[in-house]
Amino acid sequence: MAGADGDDSLYPIAVLIDELRNEDVQLRLNSIKKLSTIALALGVERTRTELLPFLTDTIYDEDEVLLALAEQLGNFTMLVGGPEYVHCLLPPLESLATVEETVVRDKAVESLRKISQEHSPVDLEVHFEPLVKRLASGDWFTSRTSACGLFSVCYPRVSSTVKAEIRQHFRTLCSDDTPMVRRAAASKLGEFAKVLELEYVKTDIIPLFTALASDEQDSVRLLAVEACVSIATLLPQEDLETLVMPTLRQAAEDKSWRVRYMVADKFSELQKAVGPEITKNDLVPAFQNLLKDCEAEVRAAAANKVKEFCENLPEDNREQIIMSHILPCVKELVSDTNQHVKSALASVIMGLSTILGKDNTIEHLLPLFLTQLKDECPEVRLNIISNLDCVNEVIGIRQLSQSLLPAIVELAEDAKWRVRLAIIEYMPLLAGQLGVEFFDEKLNTLCMAWLIDHVYAIREAATSNLTKLVEKFGAEWAQNTIVPKVLGMANDPNYLHRMTTLFCINALSEACGQEITTKQMLPVVLKMSNDQVANVRFNVAKSLQKIGPVLGSNALQTEVKPVLEKLASDSDMDVKYFAQEAISVLDGNFSLQMVQPAFLLLQIFLRNVRSVETPDPVDEAYFVPSPDQTCRFFNVLQNSCQNQPLAEYIGKWGLPVVFFQLAFYPLLIHKDLVWLAAPEEMKVRMLWSVLTSEEHAEQNRIRLLTPALTLTAAGM
Amino acid sequence: MNVREKKERQSGEPCMIWDATLESLAWKSRGWEQVCRYQDLEPADSSMEEENETRKINNSFLRDHNYATEADIISTVEFNSTGELLATGDKGGRVVVFQREQESKTQPHRRGEYNVYSTFQSHEPEFDYLKSLEIEEKINKIKWLPQQNAAYFLLSTNDKTVKLWKISERDKRPEGYNLKDEDGRFRDPSTITTLRVPVLQPMDLMVEATARRVFSNAHTYHINSISVNSDLQTFISTDDLRVNLWNLEITDRSFNIVDIKPANMEELTEVITSAEFHPQQCHTFAYTSSKGCIRLCDMRQAALCDKHCKYFEEPEDPSTRSFFSEIISSISDVKFSHNGRYLMTRDYLTVKVWDLQMENKPLETYQVHDYLRGKLCSLYENDCIFDKFECVWNGSDSVIMTGSYNNFFRMFDRNTKRDVTLEASRENSKPRAILKPRKVCVGGKRRKDEISVDSLDFSKKILHTTWHPHENIIAVAATNNLYIFQDKVN
Repeated sequence: MAGADGDDSLYPIAVLIDELRNEDVQLRLNSIKKLSTIALALGVERTRTELLPFLTDTIYDEDEVLLALAEQLGNFTMLVGGPEYVHCLLPPLESLATVEETVVRDKAVESLRKISQEHSPVDLEVHFEPLVKRLASGDWFTSRTSACGLFSVCYPRVSSTVKAEIRQHFRTLCSDDTPMVRRAAASKLGEFAKVLELEYVKTDIIPLFTALASDEQDSVRLLAVEACVSIATLLPQEDLETLVMPTLRQAAEDKSWRVRYMVADKFSELQKAVGPEITKNDLVPAFQNLLKDCEAEVRAAAANKVKEFCENLPEDNREQIIMSHILPCVKELVSDTNQHVKSALASVIMGLSTILGKDNTIEHLLPLFLTQLKDECPEVRLNIISNLDCVNEVIGIRQLSQSLLPAIVELAEDAKWRVRLAIIEYMPLLAGQLGVEFFDEKLNTLCMAWLIDHVYAIREAATSNLTKLVEKFGAEWAQNTIVPKVLGMANDPNYLHRMTTLFCINALSEACGQEITTKQMLPVVLKMSNDQVANVRFNVAKSLQKIGPVLGSNALQTEVKPVLEKLASDSDMDVKYFAQEAISVLDGNFSLQMVQPAFLLLQIFLRNVRSVETPDPVDEAYFVPSPDQTCRFFNVLQNSCQNQPLAEYIGKWGLPVVFFQLAFYPLLIHKDLVWLAAPEEMKVRMLWSVLTSEEHAEQNRIRLLTPALTLTAAGM
Repeated sequence: MNVREKKERQSGEPCMIWDATLESLAWKSRGWEQVCRYQDLEPADSSMEEENETRKINNSFLRDHNYATEADIISTVEFNSTGELLATGDKGGRVVVFQREQESKTQPHRRGEYNVYSTFQSHEPEFDYLKSLEIEEKINKIKWLPQQNAAYFLLSTNDKTVKLWKISERDKRPEGYNLKDEDGRFRDPSTITTLRVPVLQPMDLMVEATARRVFSNAHTYHINSISVNSDLQTFISTDDLRVNLWNLEITDRSFNIVDIKPANMEELTEVITSAEFHPQQCHTFAYTSSKGCIRLCDMRQAALCDKHCKYFEEPEDPSTRSFFSEIISSISDVKFSHNGRYLMTRDYLTVKVWDLQMENKPLETYQVHDYLRGKLCSLYENDCIFDKFECVWNGSDSVIMTGSYNNFFRMFDRNTKRDVTLEASRENSKPRAILKPRKVCVGGKRRKDEISVDSLDFSKKILHTTWHPHENIIAVAATNNLYIFQDKVN
C-alpha cells in the first residue's frame, strides 16, 4: 500500500482511524461520516476482516455516532467487495438493531432492508433470514421490535418452508408480552400483508389483525387502524364485509378517543380502500358520529377530512348524501366550543363549494363562511381567508367582499404579530382575486401601514409582499402607487423606517426594471449615503450591491462607484466593510466578462494532474495556489453564479463535474471556501470511479484522497 | 427466591409458600435481619475490599452526629423491577445504585448483599433567573424503567426537571493507535507505513451512567411524583397543580392532562400530592389531593382528564373533627397494588387500602402511629405534621410497610391483621443482627423494652422505604443511612 520509506499520505487516514475513538464526539462523528474513505483506503479485504469486527463492538457510543454508522453501513456493499460479501455487514447492523435508541434502531433496520436486496436468494436464506430469527426471538424487546420491520423484505425471496417459519415468527411477535413489540408488529402488519399470498392474508393476517385491534392497550389498537387500510386494499370486495368491517366498526366506536382519532385521521384512506358501496352504508354514519364525537381532538381530525370525504363519495348520490347527512353536522361544528375544531373546519369548508355547485353554496355554505369570518378566533378567520380561491371559482368573491373587508382589516390590526404576519402572506392571493381597483381602494393603505409596523418580521414580510404585488399588477402600477410612498419614507425621522425604504428598494428593483430603478430609486439611495446613522449607510452599500446588476453599466461607473468609494473610507467599521464587499462584488461583475472562467478552471485542473504525475514536493508547492489567489478566484466565481449552485453553474461550461471536483481539491485546502454542494454519497461515487480506473497507481490513489481528508480535518 | 417460587409467580397465582415464610419469619418479629447499611455514599469502587474499607471509615464517622451534611440525606429509594438493583437519591442531587451480589458458594452468607454499582450526580442546583427562584438539586423521586436491553434505565426528578439515565456496563476497550505508541507517545508521522485498525480488548468492568434525555420546562410548581406507564412509551410527572404526560422519546413536548389551577389563585383549595399509573391498564392513573381524596382518571375518555371517572373519599367523622383534620387527612403517597385491584394511600396517621370498585370508603385502615393524635399541636409547631411519608406493598400485596418517627417503621399483614414496629438504627445495626419489635406506650406505666411517646425523636423519621418486587428484602432510608433488611435465611 505504501512505500517502505514511509509515506506522509497515509497520515490523514491514520488520523481518521484514530479519531474513530477520539474522546470528542464531534471528531468521532466526523470520522464515522468518512467511513467510506477509510474503507476505501483499507481495501475490501481489511474492511471485512478488521474494520467491520471493530464496528460491531462500537455500540457503546453516543446516539448520533451510532445513527451515522447505521446509515453508512447501508451504503457499504461496494466497499466490502460487492454483493457476494454483503452479508459481512450483518453483524454490526444486528448489534445496532438492538440498541435502546429508536432512531438508531430504525436506521439500522432501514439499512438492513436496503442491503437485503443485495443478497442473493441463497445468501438471504443462509445469512439474512437467521439474523431475522435471532432478532425475533431475542431476550430484549428492542431486538424483537427491530425484527418486525425485516419480515416483509425477506419473505418474498425465500423458500416456502422458510416462509412458513417467518409467518410463525410474526404471529408470535403479534402476541408478545411487551406492548412495544406488539406496537411494532401492528405497525408493520399492513406492510407484511402486502407481500403475503392472498390465502395467508386470510388465514394468518386477519386473525392477527382482529387480535391486535382488540388489544388491551389502546396504543396498540390504534395502530391496527392503519393496518386496516392496507389489508382492505388487498382483499377482494366480497370478503371485506366479513373480514375487515367488524373490526373497523368497532374501532370507530372504540372506548378510547385515541383510537377514534386514528380512524378520523385515516378516514380518506379507509374510504378509498373499502370502496363506494361500504362507504355509503357504513362509513357515512361512522363519519357523522366522528363529527359529533365527545372529544374535541376527534372532531377536529374528522373536520379536517370533511372535504376529502365528500370528494370521494360516489358521484351518483354525492350531493344528496352531503346535503342530508354531512352538512347538518358541519353546521353544528361552525359553532363548536373548541377553537381547534372550528379552525380545522375553516381550513377545508371552502372546498365544499366546488362539490356542491353555485346554488347550494350561496344558499347553504355562504352563511357558514360568513359566520366563520366573524369568529372570535383569528385562526378560524385566517383559514377562511386563505382558502378563498375555491369559492372564487364557484360564486365569485364579490359575494363575500362586504364581510371580507372588515375581517381582513381586523386581522391586519390584530395585537398578535403572528396573526398580522399570516394575513400579510395571503395579501398577494387576495389582491389577485379581488382585483386591482378593490385593492387600491381598500387594502393598499394596510399594506403601506405594515411597512412601519413596530415588529421587524412584519416589516420584512410587508417588503416581500410588495414584490409579489408588483409582480401581479406590473411595474406601471408600482410606479404610480407604491414607489412614491416607499421613497417618501426615505425622509422619515425614524431610521428604522428609512431602512425599510432601502429594503423595499432591494426587493422591488428587479420587479420594477432598469428604468424605474435607475431614474427613481437610485438617486434616493445615493442621497441616503449621507445619512447620519451608520446602519442606514451600510445598508446603502448593501442595497447598491444588490441593485447593481439591474443598473446600467454607465450608472454603475459614474454614480455608484464614487459613492461606494466614499463609503469605503467611512469612519464606521461596518460601513467600510460592506462598501468594500459591494465594490469587490460589483468589480467581479466586470472582470468576469473579461476572464474566461472555463479556461481558468482547465488550467487548474491540468496543474493538478501534473502534480499527481510528478510527486515532487517543490513542484507541488508551486502549483497549489496561494490563499490570496484562491480567495480572489472564488469570490469571482461565487458572484458570477449568483444564486445557482456552484456545480450547476460550472456544468454550463461543459466540463465534467469530476474534473471540477478534482481541480478544486487543492483550492479547498484553504478552508474558508465553500465545500461543494454535492451530497456526500455522490462525492464518494465520483471518487470511486476515478480511483478505480486503472490509470492511477495505488500510490496516487492515496495522494488523490489526501486533500479530501485534509478537508475533513478542517471540519468541512 | 428458589426456582419453584419463581415459577409460581410467573404463572400469576398467589405465592403461598412465600406468604408462609413471611408469616413464620417476619411476624414472629425475629426474622428481619440486617444485611447492609450505608451512609455517606461515596462513589466507591465495586470491589469488595474497597467497599469494606469505606464502611469501616464510615463507622468511625458515625460517632460524630454532625458529620453527615444536609446533602447526604436520602430523599428517595427504589428497587427496579427485578430487584437486582436498588437506587437511592439524596438531597445533594446524587443517585447511588446498588447491585445485589450474586450468590456465591464460597461465601453463602453474602446472599442478598447489595453493593454500590454506580454513583452519579443526577441534578445540580440551578437558578431560575426569570423568576428569581433557586432550584434545589434534591432528588424527589426515582423510577426504574422495565429493562429493554443490557443497560438499565431510570428516571430521576428534582422539583422541575426529569432526567432519563442509562446505566450500562463496558468491558472492552479499543487498543492500537496509528499515531501513538502503546504508552501514548506520539510517533513520527514518517514512520507510519501501514494503517492499523483498533482492536477491542477485554478490560475491567466499568459502569457508566449517562443522561439520555432531559424533560424540562414543563412545570411551574414543584414536581412531587413521576410514574412510568405500562405501555412503556409514556410517563407522567406531577406537580402541585398539574399532571403532564410525556413520551419517553420526546423531550420538547408534553401534554397537560390534569390542571386544577383555578383562574384566581385565591380560590385554591387543594393541591395534587402524588399520582401513579395503574400497573396494567395503560389508560388509568390515580392522583391524590391534600383534601384526602383520590381521583381515578381514564385517559381513553378524553384528551384532558380534568373530569375523573372515580372519586375515592371517606366521609369525615364529625366527632373527631379538629383544627388539624384537614392537614392530617392530606395524602402523602399513593400506590397501586401489584395486581392492580387496590390502591394504598398514606395520610399523616394512617395507611388506607381502597378497592378500586368501592369509592365511598376504604377497604382497610391501619393506624401507623395513633399515639401521636394527642401531640398534633406540638407536631404542628415543629412542622413535623407536614412530613410526607411514603408507603409500599410487598411483592404479593399481602403486607404493607410505611415509616414513622424515631427511626421506626411499621408493617401490616393484611391477611392476619398483625402488625409490627421495627427500628432502623445505628445502635442495633450490626450486620446479621435480628431486629427486635418495638413498642410505644401511651400514658402511665411503661414496661420494659417499651418507649414512651414523649421520648420519641421526631428528627429521626423514616419517610422513604421500598420492598423488593418478589422477595422479602426491604430498604429503609433513615436520614443519611440506608438500611437493607431481609427475612432470615434458615
